[in-house]
Amino acid sequence: MTAALGTPKAANPVMRLIRAYPMELILIVLIVLLVFTAPGFASTRNLLNVLRTGALLGIIAFGMTAVIISGEIDLSVGAGAALAGCITAWFCGALVGVLGGPMAAVISIAIAVAIGFAIGFSVGKFRQWFNIPTFIATLALFTALRGAANLITGGFPLTTFPPGFNFLGGGYLLGIPFPVYIFAATFAGMHFLMNFTRFGRAVYAVGGNMEAARLSGIDIWWVKSMALGILGALTAVSGILIASQIGSGTGTTATGMELDVIAAVIIGGTSLFGGKGRIWGTLIGVLFLGCISNGMTLLNVSEYWQYVVRGGIILGAVLLNQVLERVR
Amino acid sequence: MRPGAPSFPRESPTINMLDVASHPQTGGLLEFDAVTKVYGQTTALSAFSHRFAPGLVHALMGKNGSGKSTLVKILAGVIEPTSGGLRVNGAKAAFHTPQDAFGAGVVTVHQELSLVPSLSIGENIFLGRLPMARRLGLSVIDWARLHRMATELLHEMGLDLDPRQLVATLSVGQQQVVEIAKAMSFNPLVLLLDEPTSALATREVNLLFTLVRSLRERGVTILYITHRMNELFEIADTCTVLRDGVFAGSVAMADATPSSIIEMMFGETASVNRRARAPIDRTSAPVLRVQGLTQNGHFEDISFDVHRGEILGIAGLLGAGRTEVMRAIFGADPLDAGAITINGQTIATAKPKVMKDAGLGYTPENRKEVGLVQILSTHDNLCMASLGRIAPSGVITRASEQASVDRQIADLAIKVADPMLPVSSLSGGNQQKVVIGNWLNTQPQVMFFDEPSRGVDVQAKRQIFDIIWDQTEQGLAAVFVSTELEEVLEVADRILVMRLGRIVAEVDPTTTTLDALYLLCMEGSTL
Repeated sequence: MTAALGTPKAANPVMRLIRAYPMELILIVLIVLLVFTAPGFASTRNLLNVLRTGALLGIIAFGMTAVIISGEIDLSVGAGAALAGCITAWFCGALVGVLGGPMAAVISIAIAVAIGFAIGFSVGKFRQWFNIPTFIATLALFTALRGAANLITGGFPLTTFPPGFNFLGGGYLLGIPFPVYIFAATFAGMHFLMNFTRFGRAVYAVGGNMEAARLSGIDIWWVKSMALGILGALTAVSGILIASQIGSGTGTTATGMELDVIAAVIIGGTSLFGGKGRIWGTLIGVLFLGCISNGMTLLNVSEYWQYVVRGGIILGAVLLNQVLERVR
Repeated sequence: MRPGAPSFPRESPTINMLDVASHPQTGGLLEFDAVTKVYGQTTALSAFSHRFAPGLVHALMGKNGSGKSTLVKILAGVIEPTSGGLRVNGAKAAFHTPQDAFGAGVVTVHQELSLVPSLSIGENIFLGRLPMARRLGLSVIDWARLHRMATELLHEMGLDLDPRQLVATLSVGQQQVVEIAKAMSFNPLVLLLDEPTSALATREVNLLFTLVRSLRERGVTILYITHRMNELFEIADTCTVLRDGVFAGSVAMADATPSSIIEMMFGETASVNRRARAPIDRTSAPVLRVQGLTQNGHFEDISFDVHRGEILGIAGLLGAGRTEVMRAIFGADPLDAGAITINGQTIATAKPKVMKDAGLGYTPENRKEVGLVQILSTHDNLCMASLGRIAPSGVITRASEQASVDRQIADLAIKVADPMLPVSSLSGGNQQKVVIGNWLNTQPQVMFFDEPSRGVDVQAKRQIFDIIWDQTEQGLAAVFVSTELEEVLEVADRILVMRLGRIVAEVDPTTTTLDALYLLCMEGSTL
């Protein structure tokens, strides 16, 4: 939609395409390469697996995109996802006898998502009231939420989900993993929110220039807190799907996930300085990270090398964006 | 050197750092010889020749754009003149860098303080040339010597400050004094003070004046730049005036009067080309009424009315509190006391959103920093304040915004190749129009225009004035603020004069001269 924004008419249409859609093209090249080199990459089963893994990351990454565009950050999403899984498991265990399986699950999920939203929203309010940078507040939550998750479970996996709960994270609908539907819905919802609502426009304005936004009569703290709250809720959703997939609420899941989430957002071209970024770009970033990990595993690349390569990709993507920015 | 006197470190050979007291100054004779500075098409300073006699306090006056700051920058070694030269004590001086100026004994204290708040007074004074000592074969900072030297320096200047104290704990006046102490540690022949009192309270001004007098007694030649007429008569020995980059005259203060200096500053004032304005109906209720507005430390007891179709000008020098009043009414900063009524509706607590909904718009003075989101498009910037009006349901599309964008681009004649490109690609004048358009889209009853003509070219300025006149003819009430008093006289229907945070006069622009208005701004009364 606004992908070609800022691109002057280049003489060569190919060059224009490269400048307008650099990450999209790189992703296509990567997929083509993997189809021909990585054994089994192109199989339906494998691709659906890539999508399922990507979905769990992407649901959070779309929320993170809004938060980063608003000029803030959240380092606690990995711990938040684990906590949401544990809260859901705990409430399921407590309610299943009273309400029966399905109802207990619905209520537990609602509670976990509401808590996720509340935690995110209050991070924004802390920033407003006490001027605590979200980097710091969420760094504190990064360890605190992980601890809280383990306190709920007592250190052991809580296998209290009612029967059929596994469908959410592990089931298939029309041959496609269920989390992929949530992923698609989150993408559509966040894309709509960021591009077609007053709130979304305000997020860009607040991240681009907080004071100018404030003087335009935009409630900047409400905007930032809402963005953080939405991310908290989406983190909970992803955390519940993960718990459902592995069949238990576990305090140690999603370790290090925050870094992958932020990496996907950055690879997608969102600026850490705020005010600039697209949900679409994050989708590309998520797919890119998913393909590269899956491809390297299929190619038997050592796990240690995989870390190094991913680090290089993050740096390379930012570098590419900077260079393209200058060319434009 | 006096026995036992601390010696200042000499790390940089070009900087002379002898003890101040042990070497009484003989004063520096500063001469300008046809100094000219040209920027592209504009001549900022034109063949300025003058001789500043040693050991005196020389005031330098001129309104904005007179070439004063160009002169300061040349003396500080920040810029080089296009042609012409300087002499210090008869020796040719060419300043390519600030270090060259120090080396020649010309030291500048800039208007913006350049101290590091988190460091001590002593460390700030000797920053970049801290005294070192050898301990255990290592070169380490000699703190004891540093503090001794700083104490010595401060005492010589009659200041009772502990050099270990952090600069952050000092008042602005004390910081200004430390800045001067730092300048004096370079042992200058000529000391340039650029509006040193602009941020000071009265008591601190007196402290500064005492210091300036004691420096003069020691023989330092002082160039003193100010906007404040009353200071001239208190502190200066001579006054030199620049007008439009040209030397307009120089007098000994003993022979000068305020009106003779103002005459030099403004020369033959050109007649103002106001647009003929319809009479304003002041019998009906005002659109905006403020009463007894006070913000401690900034302004006090501000009351005025603005009527439908009226342009109320607020005149005053920098720091008079004009912008602060507008920001407070708009709710950008909190008020300590006072009442605001818009269209008969009393505002409980002013906040930007509340005021916007009540029908007030505010185009801020620094559009680059706070008026626009530079990385967003012209389109987005034009809709920023009016998202609520365009999309009452919350759902918004480019198409639904298009009418608002197109209307402002057409009405305000905004020159924009593609409204979807970042607003930063527009010229200053067009950016200013986008700021105005953003607010006109909210369909305001009252608009505050804070320095709308700053940094825009002459043609854009005319267009912006036309916009303000057109809009008020359609019923908008406007408050117009500009540092350029000519503009206030030209644009406004009625002018309030502010000085030191208070309204001191109300004048009719059709019967007021520029000189009289300027004097009001400076003195608070006509002489």
